[in-house]
Amino acid sequence: MAVKQIVMGLNGDEAVAYAIKQVDPDVVAAYPITPQTIIVERFSEYVANGEVHTEFVAVESEHSALSACVGAAAAGARAFTATAANGLALMWEILYIAASCRLPIVMAIVNRALSAPINIHCDHSDAMGARDSGWIQIFCENSQEAYDSTIQAWRIAEHPDVQLPVMVCLDGFVLSHTLENVMTLPNDIVKKFVGERKFVTVKNHFGKEVPLILDPENPITIGPLDLYDFYFEHKMQQIDAMGKAPKVIEEIGKEYGELSGRTYGLVHPYKLEDAEIAIVGLGSTMGTAKIVVDKLREKGVKAGLLRVRAFRPFPVRQIVENLKDKKAIGVLDRAASFGAYGGPLFNEVRNVFYDQDIRPLISNYIYGLGGRDMPPQRLMTIFEDLQKIAETRRIEKTVKYIGVRG
Amino acid sequence: MSSEEKLPGWREIPIAGVPYKPSTEYKTGDWKVYKPVINYEKCTKCMFCHTYCPDGAIKIREDGFPEPDYDFCKGCGICAEECPVKAIEMVKD
Repeated sequence: MAVKQIVMGLNGDEAVAYAIKQVDPDVVAAYPITPQTIIVERFSEYVANGEVHTEFVAVESEHSALSACVGAAAAGARAFTATAANGLALMWEILYIAASCRLPIVMAIVNRALSAPINIHCDHSDAMGARDSGWIQIFCENSQEAYDSTIQAWRIAEHPDVQLPVMVCLDGFVLSHTLENVMTLPNDIVKKFVGERKFVTVKNHFGKEVPLILDPENPITIGPLDLYDFYFEHKMQQIDAMGKAPKVIEEIGKEYGELSGRTYGLVHPYKLEDAEIAIVGLGSTMGTAKIVVDKLREKGVKAGLLRVRAFRPFPVRQIVENLKDKKAIGVLDRAASFGAYGGPLFNEVRNVFYDQDIRPLISNYIYGLGGRDMPPQRLMTIFEDLQKIAETRRIEKTVKYIGVRG
Repeated sequence: MSSEEKLPGWREIPIAGVPYKPSTEYKTGDWKVYKPVINYEKCTKCMFCHTYCPDGAIKIREDGFPEPDYDFCKGCGICAEECPVKAIEMVKD
């Protein structure tokens, strides 16, 4: 039985800020950048009003924001930051350090196109640039999910089998600045769900088992020099932790579902079971696509969709299971990977099907760069293309660009 | 670290790059080309070499004389340079 919840009118940024207020982390270090600014503004209001116990660090750059979080998390704090686009790009060096030092930091990414030309609107080029940094990446469909995932992220990051930082990605403006009804849990329920941060133990330099935390009583060194004799082993540990993360994400999503009535997994299928054609994608566009699927279903077209919620770790098994029997699938990428054969999501989705005896025809649709809109009629053209591919059993052009002027 | 030593696998070592041994067990003295040799006839126990050694590799014995620890001395020669009575000679290791 789900607990009693309060409906609030929140945009995506406010939903994240409200979730963080309820989690009440020890440290928030952040630098404002459109379209993430509202998160930092709202949260600093909570700090000014004494509604949280958080130490708010007003830093001079995103590089410093994440560096402050690294120091805080290593010292045992719960640390949160948020950024977008160029801010995330400026954090690049520290992204790898946070993940390698196994620090369970949570960061909201309000997806925005990277410069140049300067553009404040949504695409996924920022998060895609960080896909190999060792962070878990969760892409939200709506503001409700941004709220829910911001709460779950702590449990995923701090899980003893995982110990990795988590990015909660929400589409800039489409979600960040759009008011939505968001069901919120009571403060005490959120507090209880996230609990206190627990620490895994490691052997220190005298062979004593101590918590993985910078503590003068039990000193350890985190992430000093590794040469060719140890670096690879430490990377193996990160690969192993990512391998264990899918199960944890599903477990936490289920536990949260029992509490809230909203269950989350690695992928979210919609009318997919008997579908012959389907699209696969990330973020808010998949919400719009549900309407298109409904319209097609009314016409008797067996259409469906699979929203990928966790891009890192990549849910290989779930993608195969959900899509293997489809005739044609279209992978939607809201980021260009210059010089690559298709977008990042397409590359991974098509890759997992290489080992399958039976596999669908898979084509790529790159869309929405720099906030170019993706209305239902544009999505409809993709489904029409997929229908044609399914009928002819032939893909004329593997990578297509949707909504760009010729 | 000698190449014959069997190194632990990734499942055995602490995560987050936390060292599982003190740095004193990681011998670094084989980097050097020249090693400092102290002439105790000349040495005045001033402890300049002990103070200046950037690696803390010159200890003071109970009799008050300094003694380089060749397991960690990298042969930089700062001690020989700073010795006011020129009691330290750098010789080929």
